[in-house]
This record gives sequence, structure tokens and C-alpha cells, in this order.
Amino acid sequence: MSVNDKIVSDLVANQIELVTTVPCKQLAGVIDIVEASKDIYHIPANKEDEGIGICAGAFMGGKRSAIIMQNTALGVVVNTLVTLTQFYRMPLPMLISYRGELGEPVACQVEMAVHTKALLNQLQIPTYHFHREEDVEELDKILKYTFMCNKPVAILTDASFWKGY
Amino acid sequence: MIRSDVLKELIPVISDQFIVCNIGLPSQELHLLDDQPTNFYMLGTMGLASSIGLGVALAQKEKVIAIDGDGSVLTNFGTLPTIANNVADNFILLIIDNGSYGSTGDQPTYAGKKTSLAAVARACGCENVVECRAEDTVEVMKEALAGDKMTIIVCKCESGNIPVPVITKDPVVIRDRFMTTLAARNG
Ligand SMILES: [Mg+2]
Repeated sequence: MSVNDKIVSDLVANQIELVTTVPCKQLAGVIDIVEASKDIYHIPANKEDEGIGICAGAFMGGKRSAIIMQNTALGVVVNTLVTLTQFYRMPLPMLISYRGELGEPVACQVEMAVHTKALLNQLQIPTYHFHREEDVEELDKILKYTFMCNKPVAILTDASFWKGY
Repeated sequence: MIRSDVLKELIPVISDQFIVCNIGLPSQELHLLDDQPTNFYMLGTMGLASSIGLGVALAQKEKVIAIDGDGSVLTNFGTLPTIANNVADNFILLIIDNGSYGSTGDQPTYAGKKTSLAAVARACGCENVVECRAEDTVEVMKEALAGDKMTIIVCKCESGNIPVPVITKDPVVIRDRFMTTLAARNG
């Protein structure tokens, strides 16, 4: 099973029925599989805070959801994570491409990469970092942990994990 | 008519409906006028009422009304294409358009100038957009509730506020009673 198939099958196995995405080159494969999945309703969002709003609504409507986005978007969603997801205690798995790490060809991406873990740490968001392919084996447990504790949880996936660009 | 007048007139029609209400004065007014477990008050996150409402509508069967404002829709403009392209026929978006940022002191918005939110919603692909006078909002809402078609209502009203207390209810209480009531209504 490919890494992308494994990620989506773990989402489905954890009853995640709605996934909202804002694309990143690294996430193109997993987004394709989300779109093709008959078990997941896929909503492309125009901005990540909008996507998190949709996820919050889906949760209140009784469906589990997740967001797929790029780490640069942490600069967009701080207020939403704090005053919606955390304030109302809602679960939210965030599968995040960790641009600006080893292998990155675009210098500007490094500018947000250096803030990524610091921001997540400041927001007290449990954070997991997938660097080697086998790290994906933890995804199932991370998802169960997210819905156990009703918090946003970040899964950073770097270029080494995705085997380059 | 100002927003609180519109809300007051709407209450007999929407009291037992599931509502996601915009941050600030709209939520505070609704809370003061008719607090219900079916009301989800946004205490933060300006702009996301329509996104949250769409999420609730897509996830279950009951009708959902998002009460939004012109300033908030302008803040989260990307919501209109998303709503248009992910049709939930149990979803009603009521934009109370008073042409101002009411909660922050009635600073004018572009919706009160050259920009028509109804025209924007149509251009984004929303198929059932109704712009109405404040006085006609109850009738338009009744029709929207009676139909099974996703509807965007742009209610043009005057700018102005009434004094209202802030909401001190715990956010988790607000969220939990909304979810519990919604789950029970879905059976
Ligand atoms: Mg306004």
C-alpha cells in the first residue's frame, strides 16, 4: 500500500467522513485519493480558516472531519484554532505538509518552516513529525488520540517523508 | 429597521430551528431575545458563521440557518464559492446586511457602497439568492424554510445597535447543548 493510500485508509478506518483541503504540491497525491474515496466527502476550501470552520460544523453535526493543508497556513489559522477549535473543545486532525525542511528548493518556504514548530508549541497543539516513511504507522494512533482528547492535533510531513518533491 | 428588529420579528419563525449565529452583537442580541439550545453562538472567529453552518448542514439532516453579517461575509469571501459548489439543501444563509461593521462601532462596509452581496453570491454560483427589505425578511425566511433548496438571503436593513450584555455561557456548554439537541432531533 502506498503512503497516500495508507493515510486515507486510516482516515476512513477512524470514521472520518469529511475532509477539507487546501492544496500543496507535496499533498497532491493524498488529496487525489481523498477526492476519489467513496467514504469521504471532500470539500476543497479557499482558505484554511474557512476549512476549519467547516470541520467544526461537521463535528457539531455528528461527523468526524479532518483538514489537509500546508504549514505556511499556520499563519492564517491561529485565531480560528484558538477561538473556535480549542475554545469549544473540538477534535481536529491536521495533516500538514512541512515545507521548508531538508530538500526544499524554495528559500521562502524556510521562513515559515522555522516558525512552524514554535507556533504549534505556543498554541499547545500536540504535534507529530513524520520524517521517515515508516512514521506513517503512527497515524492510526494519532487519530484515535485526537478524537479521545477533543483537541486539534498536528501531523507534520516533511520532504524526506514524501521522498522529495 | 435595524438588525435587532429583524431578529425580533424572525424569532417566532426560527426559534426551534438550528442556528449558527455570527460573533458579537448578532449572537448577543439573539441570546438576549431568545436563548435556545438550538442556537450556536460564535464567541470568536469573525467570518466563519457560514462555514460552520455549511459544515453542520452537510453532516446531518435537520435544517440549519447561519445568521451572518455583511462585514463577516466580506471577511470570509471565499465561503460563497464553497457554499455554491457544495450544495446542502437543508442550509439557509441569512446575511443581515446593514452596510456596517455593527459590533465594532458601525464603521461602513463596502456592502453598503458599490458592492452587492447578492450579486456576488450569484456570481459565485449560488442558485437561490433572495435580496429583500428588512420588513420582508420573515416572509422570505418562511418560504426558505418551507422549500427544500439551499437559500442565500440578503436582508438589507439599517445600521444601528441596542445595548446588550456579552454572553458569559461557557463555550463547551453552548456547543454541547447544540450538539445534543441536534443529535436527538436527527433521531
Ligand atoms: Mg454589518
